[in-house]
Amino acid sequence: MFAQQLVNAISLGAVYALFALGFTLIFGVLNVVNLAHGAIFMVGAYAALQAVLILELPLLAALLWAMAVTALAGWLLDKLIFSPLRARRAPHLAPMIATIGLAIAVNSAIQGWFGAENLRFPTATLPARVLTFGAIQITQLEIQIIVMALALMSILFWWLHRTHAGRALRGLAESAKAAALLGVPVERYFRATAVIASMLGGVAGVLIALYSNAVFPGMGQPMLHKGIAVVILGGMGDIRGALLGGFFLGCAEVFSVAYIGSTMRDAVAFGLLFAILLVRPQGLFGQAAQRRA
Amino acid sequence: MEWFSSFWATYSTLTLSLGTNVLLALSIYLTLSCGLLSVANAAFMALGAYSAAVLTLRAEVPLWIGVCAGAILAGVTALLIGRPTLRLSGVYLAMATLAFGEVVRIVILNAEQLTGGALGLNGIPQSTAWYDVALAVGLTLYVFLRLAHSHVGRTMAAIAQDETATELMGIDIRAYKLFAFVVGAGVAALAGALNAHFTFFISPNEYGFDRGVEILAMGVLGGTGSPWGAVIGAVLITLLPELLRGLGDYRPLLNGIVLIVVILYSPKGVWDLFAASRRRTKTVLAEPDSRTLTR
Repeated sequence: MFAQQLVNAISLGAVYALFALGFTLIFGVLNVVNLAHGAIFMVGAYAALQAVLILELPLLAALLWAMAVTALAGWLLDKLIFSPLRARRAPHLAPMIATIGLAIAVNSAIQGWFGAENLRFPTATLPARVLTFGAIQITQLEIQIIVMALALMSILFWWLHRTHAGRALRGLAESAKAAALLGVPVERYFRATAVIASMLGGVAGVLIALYSNAVFPGMGQPMLHKGIAVVILGGMGDIRGALLGGFFLGCAEVFSVAYIGSTMRDAVAFGLLFAILLVRPQGLFGQAAQRRA
Repeated sequence: MEWFSSFWATYSTLTLSLGTNVLLALSIYLTLSCGLLSVANAAFMALGAYSAAVLTLRAEVPLWIGVCAGAILAGVTALLIGRPTLRLSGVYLAMATLAFGEVVRIVILNAEQLTGGALGLNGIPQSTAWYDVALAVGLTLYVFLRLAHSHVGRTMAAIAQDETATELMGIDIRAYKLFAFVVGAGVAALAGALNAHFTFFISPNEYGFDRGVEILAMGVLGGTGSPWGAVIGAVLITLLPELLRGLGDYRPLLNGIVLIVVILYSPKGVWDLFAASRRRTKTVLAEPDSRTLTR
């Protein structure tokens, strides 16, 4: 039983981590709390679904299509909203409020266009094999989700720590001014970050849509709450933190449903979050905000 | 007065909602003016609404006793969680208050015996009259306007600008922050209690993240520089959906777009458009500090 729950927790946690990664990238590098990340997550899910239904693409192609669509969304997000606000030296909260507006607008557009009901992937397109290892049952889909999520995260890690561009991005996250002085094309990197982060959010959307086989306009909101919870647990702006926080939240949720009961699932997650914030507000890996006198 | 009675028949809920939204926006104005980014006001609103509603439904107390009880409950809760939580600042405080808000919502959801759980509370007596709301709004607005120009208000503005410098001047910033937090909670609870008594049905989902975000949007959209900013923000966010009624399902779409456009062209809020002409703005060359809320 425990092992089975652990498997469930890992697959759920992997997707949470992926979503949180996108969220934390935008916070760490652009210094913006992107409350439209849930909406982009939802757009990814819808894009993949439409690719399967209308273009009749296989799942992998649909995933790539969703990645392209959400990458474009991220590009537009930075070009039309974040970049002008940076140029105008807007107060710290302004981009966040703009993303709230964007989330509302996107939700409404999707709902108006596709309707509010739950849409499903045609059963023929979903991988259906179930593999059994002793007491543990794992579906082919879960394996693919775990592999995909871990692969993407590994690529991101490798890129951030082993390439020149990744190093530039990390430097940018520390201090935009210093990076600019060192010749890093700051605006280009900001744009790239928004694109990558949105792409990750979109992939998370497709994976969750496949996992639960439910695509509906409101699906981004609860995910956004969980993403925020993960990012706080792991430390705002820290990649490893998002990773571990995602798995931690996945475990907390799955185990609290299994052993306590599903109604208290969210209470456990948020109660834990609140407690951690009181004890170690910077999360597991975050750095305590320096006092600048 | 016939046009008034027909106007009231159609728009009474809207007007009363406008009043309570102004109260909510004022509650977040107070916390923002002290540099506290708190999203917990929706939770305090829920506490006020539920306690007042439970009292009027089960114990049949008059409206204002229920309202005061709600405000006191919210104030005490704010006092209890304020002390540890207000050590955090900036986005961490926002997240902590967000988490607190979710915990409150889930507790209400699960305390079925008292609060009706997911089904909510139905049949709350519709005892809020326009003068209750007008009185509450007028009083709060007056107090906050006087506060803004008083010693207390200026201290809070100083804390919002630079905590370290303010502390070095010997001011007890913890006390002022707690004051802003607790009073903000009380006002939000007041709004919640009044709101519950004209919508006559409340459920836990109304007081979640979306409501907290909406309140924050009202505060920031209107502008954090003055209580009037809160009023403007509340008016915009309450009336805009009504004005766009003809668009049906796409109404929130335009709502969201308007929000984006206003922020793009007036990032400090609408109030800033009025105030800017009366003020010379100094451009300060500083690294964006995630802990300060620039006005």
